[in-house]
Amino acid sequence: MTSAVILVLAVFGACCVESVEALTLVLAAGSTRGWRSALEGAGAALFILVVLVAAVGVPLVHYVPINVLRVVIGGLLLVLGLGWLRKSILRASGQIALHDEDEIFEHTVGELSSNGAPTTKRRDAIGFVVAFKGVLLEGTEVVLIVLSLGASSHRLGLAAAAAGAAAIVVGTIGVVLARQLREVPENALKFGVGVMLSSFGVFWVGEGTGLRWPGSDLAVLVLIALFLVVSAVAIRYLRLIALRTPVSHRSSMEKAGGL
Amino acid sequence: MATARRLVVSFGRFWWEFLIGENPDAFIGALVVVGAALLLRHEQDAAIVLVPALAVLCLMESAYRGRRRI
Repeated sequence: MTSAVILVLAVFGACCVESVEALTLVLAAGSTRGWRSALEGAGAALFILVVLVAAVGVPLVHYVPINVLRVVIGGLLLVLGLGWLRKSILRASGQIALHDEDEIFEHTVGELSSNGAPTTKRRDAIGFVVAFKGVLLEGTEVVLIVLSLGASSHRLGLAAAAAGAAAIVVGTIGVVLARQLREVPENALKFGVGVMLSSFGVFWVGEGTGLRWPGSDLAVLVLIALFLVVSAVAIRYLRLIALRTPVSHRSSMEKAGGL
Repeated sequence: MATARRLVVSFGRFWWEFLIGENPDAFIGALVVVGAALLLRHEQDAAIVLVPALAVLCLMESAYRGRRRI
């Protein structure tokens, strides 16, 4: 039960983060190249992602030995989780710039506008491709998380439902708020999801190799607490270092950090 | 044939970017944790402490190197 709740939270959070990033590109493509093409591109990518979950997920659950699956999936979750958490720690401590969707939106709009006016035909190829690629690339990461968490705990349907719910929530908020993507606390979400993915990663690697965690599923909560505490300490330490860094050096660091 | 090769290269490139990309630390960290868990699978008590500890150490080392690399 505990792991089901955390699974839903992890998938929902991860899908929120990726949906915000995909939505930025769809909104940019829609507002510059026409909504029809952008929505068709996003829809086509979503269809491929759903087919991917069904085509890869179901055979994974039924034909791959569960312990092998858990070790591989735990490793994948660790790669994702540690990567997200590292970036979140560096952002929260001021070592690199915060992720700013508004800035990315403006940049994409500028690039798309420089490609000339949209075609007068019913479908604008550039708008379609930008929205399609944006949703497909960001969605692939969600698919991997859904497959990983869903398959290893035999809750593929629940994980897919959580991802779908997140996509609908972010899509609705995006439509209502239009371009105010800054309102979505993406950096905090990424931090939370990074903690959960890393914790699940360690948990499944252990389970897959035959480790019996004390408290069974409850061990995930202990692992989450561990990653939270360590990340908080790391943020505090790196923030202190950033404060000690001369201002001139700090501005060049921020530039190098990128988005 | 050329299309098949392009697809394979694209597939390989996707996984390379996904697993390693610009920062290989997370990938190395995951390998270390999986390796340790496999090595310690008959030492339950040690594994319960060491596997999470290694993951946390990899994270801290990666974050620290991220600061120094900039």
